[in-house]
Amino acid sequence: MREKATTLYIGPQHPGITGNMMVRVKVEGDTIVKATTEVGYLHRAFEKLIEQRNWLQSFTLLCRFCVPEPDPVEESYARAVEELEGREVPERAKYIRVMVLELARIASYMLWYGGQAGSLGLYTVGQWSVGDRNYILDLFEELTGGRVYHMYIWPGGVRRDMPEGFEEKVLKTMDYLEKRLDDYDDLMFENSIFKKRTKGIGIIDKAKAIEWGVVGPPLRGCGIKHDVRIDDPYEVYDKLDFVVPTHEGGDIWSRAQVRRQEIRQSIRIVRQVIDKIPGGDFYNKIPNPQKWALPKGDAYARTEAVRGEVGMYVSSDGGTHPRRAHFRGAAYVHAITLLEDLLVGENLADISAIMNSLGTCPPEIER
Amino acid sequence: MSFFDLKGTLKPLTALKQFGKQPHTLKETPFVPREAADRYRGFHYNDLEECIGCGNCSTICQNQAIDMVPVEGIEGKKGDSGLRPRIDHGRCCWCGLCVEVCPTGSLSLTKDYVYVSDDADSFLWMPGVDNPEGKERKSFVSTEATSLNDFARIPMPELEGMERVKSFAEVVLGYNEEQARAEASRCISCGLCTEACPEHMHIPEYINAIARANDADAVRIIYDNNPLPEMCGKVCTRRCEEVCAIAHRGEPIAIRWLKRYATETVNNADLIKEIVNPEINAPNGFKVGIVGAGPSGLTAAYYLALRGFDCTIYEAHAKAGGMTMYGIPKYRFPEESLDKQIEYIQKIGVKIHFNTRVGKDISFKEIYEKYDAVFVGVGFPKPWTLGVEGEDLQGSIQAVNFLYEINNGKQVDIGDKVIVIGGGNVAIDAARVSRRLGADVTILYRRRVQDMPADWEEIEGAEEEGVHIVPQAIPIQFHGDDKGHVKAVEYLLAEMVPDERGRRPKPVAIEGSNKTIEATAVLGAIGQQGDYSFLEEEFAEKIRIERGRFVVNEFQQTTDPKIFAGGDAANRTADAISAIADGYRAVKGIEAMLVKEK
Repeated sequence: MREKATTLYIGPQHPGITGNMMVRVKVEGDTIVKATTEVGYLHRAFEKLIEQRNWLQSFTLLCRFCVPEPDPVEESYARAVEELEGREVPERAKYIRVMVLELARIASYMLWYGGQAGSLGLYTVGQWSVGDRNYILDLFEELTGGRVYHMYIWPGGVRRDMPEGFEEKVLKTMDYLEKRLDDYDDLMFENSIFKKRTKGIGIIDKAKAIEWGVVGPPLRGCGIKHDVRIDDPYEVYDKLDFVVPTHEGGDIWSRAQVRRQEIRQSIRIVRQVIDKIPGGDFYNKIPNPQKWALPKGDAYARTEAVRGEVGMYVSSDGGTHPRRAHFRGAAYVHAITLLEDLLVGENLADISAIMNSLGTCPPEIER
Repeated sequence: MSFFDLKGTLKPLTALKQFGKQPHTLKETPFVPREAADRYRGFHYNDLEECIGCGNCSTICQNQAIDMVPVEGIEGKKGDSGLRPRIDHGRCCWCGLCVEVCPTGSLSLTKDYVYVSDDADSFLWMPGVDNPEGKERKSFVSTEATSLNDFARIPMPELEGMERVKSFAEVVLGYNEEQARAEASRCISCGLCTEACPEHMHIPEYINAIARANDADAVRIIYDNNPLPEMCGKVCTRRCEEVCAIAHRGEPIAIRWLKRYATETVNNADLIKEIVNPEINAPNGFKVGIVGAGPSGLTAAYYLALRGFDCTIYEAHAKAGGMTMYGIPKYRFPEESLDKQIEYIQKIGVKIHFNTRVGKDISFKEIYEKYDAVFVGVGFPKPWTLGVEGEDLQGSIQAVNFLYEINNGKQVDIGDKVIVIGGGNVAIDAARVSRRLGADVTILYRRRVQDMPADWEEIEGAEEEGVHIVPQAIPIQFHGDDKGHVKAVEYLLAEMVPDERGRRPKPVAIEGSNKTIEATAVLGAIGQQGDYSFLEEEFAEKIRIERGRFVVNEFQQTTDPKIFAGGDAANRTADAISAIADGYRAVKGIEAMLVKEK
């Protein structure tokens, strides 16, 4: 006998939902037959606010696009503005930026550990990883003055130089984290529950992935090698030696494997940065921010974030404020069109695991 | 994968090795006090003494979290608004931009993670007032290396020192467009300058217009309350720059040079009229007579004319401008620059009777009776004398008279060794002019160089041109040769004695320290005084004059309600911009008296 379909509203206040959004699912038994995403709980009009601020002021807003990993947005905006103005960035600043971006990637994956494992009931992982993430936040506090919202990468370079002895602290933290990764492997990736709940779940069709605009770990989890850091290198990524991991399969497991390996690559990059970073200036100072006008034109800069490619488009009419700013976030594709498609046929209990595996981030949708 | 995954079941159990270990997060605040990083962006702290209340923190704050409010015990003064920032911590996002743009570096963020209070209004508090202990906990601070203020001024192109003394060519060459835009862009629009300017010119506004590449707008804004801006752009004493917020850690914005740049973009009177395009009221039937075409008289005339008054100026000399025409040397303020401004004022409808000395060519009484109101801006034409022996020798000349003759195109024989006595702008002008006439010049000044009332740029300029300054030198006698011509100046060295009442130290002559210096001419420049001999007795009795100046109210009105006075003869600051301010105030007074009464 065919069961009667029921509509359930998951979110916006639900511990399994990443951020404030809702998924309306029609289920038959516990199988999803239709999924509709509902956003609008988090709209803060970022793009409109950027227009009302001068070219510098909005850097404090950009980090609010993504709490776990604020830096790629700051980076995209800074590079777009620099391109528009033709402002040079000192080499040292470029290295520091790469280090910050990679540290943010690790910190963000640490949080993802907790979210992905937690969505499957493996709560210990999250308790460990949030604690380990704190070591990186300590580094951020020392470098930028802020633990979560760094507001550190801005047009022209970075806000402050590395404090004395910072390199050693970074290397020490990297050594510690690298050792800890084995513990996470044992606890999470080798865990039979994790395997069972992720393999073959939430499969993205490799043939359609590019057409849909899937990026980041979800795309690489389909076996497609795509990473802005390699395809269109910015800052000093072309001078660093690292690989972009891919994994065939397209399911949650594959995406998790990609991330699992990426952390090791990030640690590798951070060590290279510390090794290669040159001396010199960390900042090519902008003029008085109140009167800083950018030439007419527009620019787009893209950066690889943990969710995939993010980009910032800015347009200037020659004034002290942006005429228009637009942010492209991976979640717009992942958490709406892709999610609605992936959920069909899946089990109700896997919604949270699938959302976590896609790196859903509602502020990227509601800009 | 087999149905039962033995490895996958056992591996997670290795987590037990962590059993009993305290997590990293538990070692931290709030359970255990933890010292924040050295540049942690915590709560604000403001050094109240260093802060000047410029409000740049409030301007830059994108969350409108900062407003500027008065604080008990802090009075506003020149260069300090008397206000201090108050932070709404419900709005603050701890970005620290306020710190980065603070021109004095008084604002900083502290190492404090938490602030606990049972007061529901405690979101709003004043850094430095409500958390004096923050001084010891400063972390995110502003340094000159990280500050977003532009501390370095765009250098003004000038003629080289020894090149200058060859002619009377203008020394300052002026900014080009690119330099002016860059210099204007340094301004943070705090407006402390407006407060310090005697005329309260709209400085941030016109600088902003220049930064936005809208020079015509700048000119219009400038002419709103100053009809002689090119003169001010060249020779103003610029009290505005003294209080510039940027000057606390850098060089002040070149406000004077920016005004000069803007006004020089309009190079003739017709163009000024076209750009300023002033609204001229229909004649209101009132007539105002003005004595003296100096800055105060011209200002009064210009703004009265715009308001529909019929204005007539009586000027003793052949040209208008007063001291700015006859006292300021042409290498600082070329004649054509003044001429175009006077021509513009005449185009507005102001009538000027040149070569008409009141008291000689026309009586003051006649003017008084003929006009509905009279403005007196006669300046300080009479120089003070030193009162030393030999002052009446040939070759002992008053510096103002000397400058008058030179500016009039006359020759003055000063020989090749000139001694200038005094430390004000007139002394420096006389010295630099003498250099241009080929003389070796020595300035004798009774106090120290840093006490000289002259503009420091003028002092520097004089030194660059080879003027020798002898400070702490008090002249006691001029020696003459047998033809009755001065040949040497004898002076005593002085020591600086601290003043008991806290005023500036006094020079006291050291007995027996006599020195003599050769001279072919001595130029005295120790100040001027008023000459009110043109006033008939009945007016001299009616108008109160104290310490050589007219006593006036806030509208420059003298004790005779129909007579207004301004400029050196009414104010103590004795500079052109104060004179312009007097003229402008008098306009309001005259208008209030005549029009509003009606």
